[in-house]
Amino acid sequence: MAAPCILVIEDEQEIRRFLRASLGNHDYRVIEADNARDGLRQAEDQHPDLVLLDLGLPDVDGLEVIRRLRDWTTTPIIVVSARGREVEKVAALDAGADDYLTKPFSVGELLARIRVALRHATRAGESGESTFTRDELSVDLAARQVFVGPNEVHLTPIEFRLLATLIKHAGKVVTHRQLLKEVWGPDSVFETHYLRVYMAHLRRKIETDPARPHYLLTEAGIGYRLSTE
Amino acid sequence: MNDSRPDPDRLLARVQASEARAARGKLKIFFGAAPGVGKTYTMLEAGREQAKDGLDVVIGYIEPHARPETQALVLGLDVMARLEVPYRGTRLVEFDLDAALERRPQLILVDELAHSNAPGLTHAKRWQDVSRLLEAGISVYTTLNVQHLESLNDVIAQITGVAVSESVPDSIFENADEVELVDLPPGDLLERMREGKVYVAAQAERAVQHFFTKGNLMALRELALRKAAERVGAQMEDYRQEHGLAGANAVTERLLVCVSPSPFSVQLVRATRRIAAGMKAPWIAVHVETPRDARMSQTDHDRLAQTLHLVEQLGGETATVSGDHLADELIHYARSRNVSKIIIGKPNQPRWREWLRGSLVYEVTRKCGDIDVYVISGDPDKRPPRPSRSAELPRTQAGYAAAVASAVISSLICWPLASHLDPTNLLMVYLLGAVLIAVRFGGGPSVLASVLGVLSFDFFFVPPQYTFAVEDTQYVFTFFGMVATVLTISTLMSRVRFQADSARQRERRTASLFAISQQLAAARTPEQITAAATRHVADAVDAQVALLFLDEHGQMTPVGTEGGGVQPGAHDQAVARWVLEHGEAAGRGTDTLPGSEGLYLPLKAAHGTVGVMGILPPASWRANEPARLHLLEAFAGLVALAVERIDLAAEAARVRLQMETERLRSSLLSAVSHDLRTPLSVIIGGCSTLADESASLDAATRRELLASILEEANHLNRLVANLLDMTRLEAGALEVHKEWQSIEELVGAALGRMAKPLESHPVVTHLDPELPFVPMDDLLMEQVIVNLLENAAKYSPPGSPIEISAHAVDQELVVEVADRGKGLAEEDLPRIFEKFYRAKSSTSRTGAGLGLAICRGIVELHGGKIAAENRSGGGAVFRIRLPLSTNLPPIPVAEVSADV
Repeated sequence: MAAPCILVIEDEQEIRRFLRASLGNHDYRVIEADNARDGLRQAEDQHPDLVLLDLGLPDVDGLEVIRRLRDWTTTPIIVVSARGREVEKVAALDAGADDYLTKPFSVGELLARIRVALRHATRAGESGESTFTRDELSVDLAARQVFVGPNEVHLTPIEFRLLATLIKHAGKVVTHRQLLKEVWGPDSVFETHYLRVYMAHLRRKIETDPARPHYLLTEAGIGYRLSTE
Repeated sequence: MNDSRPDPDRLLARVQASEARAARGKLKIFFGAAPGVGKTYTMLEAGREQAKDGLDVVIGYIEPHARPETQALVLGLDVMARLEVPYRGTRLVEFDLDAALERRPQLILVDELAHSNAPGLTHAKRWQDVSRLLEAGISVYTTLNVQHLESLNDVIAQITGVAVSESVPDSIFENADEVELVDLPPGDLLERMREGKVYVAAQAERAVQHFFTKGNLMALRELALRKAAERVGAQMEDYRQEHGLAGANAVTERLLVCVSPSPFSVQLVRATRRIAAGMKAPWIAVHVETPRDARMSQTDHDRLAQTLHLVEQLGGETATVSGDHLADELIHYARSRNVSKIIIGKPNQPRWREWLRGSLVYEVTRKCGDIDVYVISGDPDKRPPRPSRSAELPRTQAGYAAAVASAVISSLICWPLASHLDPTNLLMVYLLGAVLIAVRFGGGPSVLASVLGVLSFDFFFVPPQYTFAVEDTQYVFTFFGMVATVLTISTLMSRVRFQADSARQRERRTASLFAISQQLAAARTPEQITAAATRHVADAVDAQVALLFLDEHGQMTPVGTEGGGVQPGAHDQAVARWVLEHGEAAGRGTDTLPGSEGLYLPLKAAHGTVGVMGILPPASWRANEPARLHLLEAFAGLVALAVERIDLAAEAARVRLQMETERLRSSLLSAVSHDLRTPLSVIIGGCSTLADESASLDAATRRELLASILEEANHLNRLVANLLDMTRLEAGALEVHKEWQSIEELVGAALGRMAKPLESHPVVTHLDPELPFVPMDDLLMEQVIVNLLENAAKYSPPGSPIEISAHAVDQELVVEVADRGKGLAEEDLPRIFEKFYRAKSSTSRTGAGLGLAICRGIVELHGGKIAAENRSGGGAVFRIRLPLSTNLPPIPVAEVSADV
């Protein structure tokens, strides 16, 4: 298989340089654009496997870029944003981005996110897996059974739906809104405390130490992530 | 010595005066000897000329003239509407000052400068209105008759026999920019009168017949010409001075006039004014209070007050001295003030009284030394009235009764002693009795006592006894001697008493000034000032006092009045505003708004008028007493200083605070820049080493350098994040989005973020299960826990455990982060949450000491508290308390656990 192609849309030259270096080192093909219009054009021409989009571009608003991309492609998009701009990240994720990175980030984080995103992309065509396993946790989605180690854990329907949604997006961050929409329906997108209450229940049932979760990670201000690495 | 070089101070004063004058409007007075000479006509002509030249000319007020020629001139010019003032059933027509100020023409024509305004208008006199117009930069043309000049008032009254009530201070005339004399020979004027061309007010018909005699008109014309000539002379003098030309220097002259309650004093004052004006010298009017004045009647007192008021109006200084002897006091005062000439009135008392009482003129001329004495003679018909006696005091009746009693008692005492003592010695008892009466009751009763005593003595003890006959004529001498002694003593006593009284009064006034100045010196707030002012001023002048200041609504409000203060009504508000704006006294007893109930004095400090002191005088106040006004002005001055002092102190405190803040800021900036530079130097140093010397370094060294660069960069990252957080916190720009949050979740999130830094510390969690949700901002609270964890990691040795716990206790959620480090020093405990504060014992480079300050800021934004203390067993614990809400979030009904 050809090396996956990553489109980097980033206006800071220095950041592009180190991305080129590290991604290149991991056998990714890197194409670059330093502004949004250029980036969109490149995406149309080159059909990258993943888009790395900086939200602070000078010419077009990041959300607009995501919307335009999502008009015609399901290519995974990872947004890069600064600390303290959680609202921006959430908006980007809800608009169709798959994951995010906070500047300054380490290359390790970056590669982990890229891996997860690409994995989901390749799996999108195939039918969904019916089981999920990570460390001690194993879930049979068809049979609706959850085991932690040897013990079966009894989940309520909502709790199960919640876990299933996270498994569906395993490794990627899922925003509160997305979770609420998928579990409770589009009318409940503001009831974030429901989500927290049920996440608390889930954690208590699944995690050894709910205060130090291993699987069900909280991303404050954004959402939750089922850890895969 | 005539110094031909002009005095630099006077030149400077002149330059300053001319600058001030440039901003003022120009005043041109059309001056004439009598009504009908054509002043208004000439004024209108001049006004029209100015209008033709393009000036904005407006007619402010023209007396309704019968002459059609004059009326014709009015056409073509803007005429301002007149103000109608209802007064006693009729409507008086007046000049509208406020409308004129609003209209702001370049030139305004206002007739009759000496006119008295109707009651209710701002100013009592039209010349005051004109002064306001000039101050506002509006030039004025006006008309004035010579008889209206203050200093000529009495002279003209003498000449024409018509008393003139309306007058204009000479200063207005003398300071006018231009005076045009409108002259008409008396013959022509009389001709005009006969032709009915002269405007005459209906009421004045009769007086006018008297007025318009040829003789009078000639005299008036001469006065007018002379006055105009004097003005020219004065201008010449100024010109000479300015250009250093030789001229007479009158600076060293100073005049003194002695005034009394007599109506003649008024003439003296006016005469002094004329002489002083001629010499360009300052002048003082002095009233010498002698023991006789203690029994001044009400009318005398008023007249004296009016005379002194007139002195001030005419530009003189007033002073009151008290003493025994009129002439001595006068000379003494004159010497102390470096007076060069004394002016007194010619006596017109009969020769015998002069011989008996002494003549003031004679005394003064004898004792004056090198001071010149001018003696002014007055109207021979006007005699100084005798000092009328004040009402009989009730106690005088008691005095007479006591006098009788003393005679009786003395007789009773002497009776048994008669056989043992010589009659002359018995007299001593009567003498003692009469003296005691003199001391206690004064003149009258003491005379009665002595007469009765003598008679009793004669009747009972002088042979032949029981008769009033006297054998030995020596006793006649004794009798007279006794009466004389007693009288002398009583006179002396009354003098002493008078002096004591006036000294006491003076002392009281001084003491009250002193007391108020002391209190004011200690005052820190406007309320304290008001309290001091109210008390002392009210005591001193027996009136109610309020201090008014401009508040934020633009209203004059009294400060700190509770009882004893004056609450201003709308009218008083207006007066107070006026006083504040113009810095002059107004209200009762002054020339401005005299109809007001209260008297308002400006509180003038160095930077201008800071407030107004309002005084509500009781009915017992009599007409203008300059001495009292001076005292009130003295009080006002002290109060103004105190107010200014408080304002300046507040200003100084503000400035100090600003300086402190600046200082703090700059020291913080230097601390922060150090903390930023240190990691940067490691990064730059490390990178440059790697860049330059990569080849010569071994792999291990390279790895080390890179590791340290990465660590420092992360450190810098955290530092910048903290700085940004702190800045946002301080600016209040931190948006707190509170939602129901689980502390367990936040702890988990924080631990996730801190995974790397906490690598070397085992973390133990003790969170209660089923902790209630608390409204929190998740990002901010996560940051708090992160900061606490960071702190714990920094200050405890690697390998030592860090514990996090959370409990619900007493309506509070208590979260604790504890370490096993060195703990906190006692001195650090209270200050550890302060910005940029670093524990004294810290040796490691830390994040600029902001982490804990941010924690506190965020916790407080959530309505909680954070504290630190040492734990038993070593180490420190940081405790957050958040209030638990009584209402809980709506939670969906729990479902039954589905078993598939």
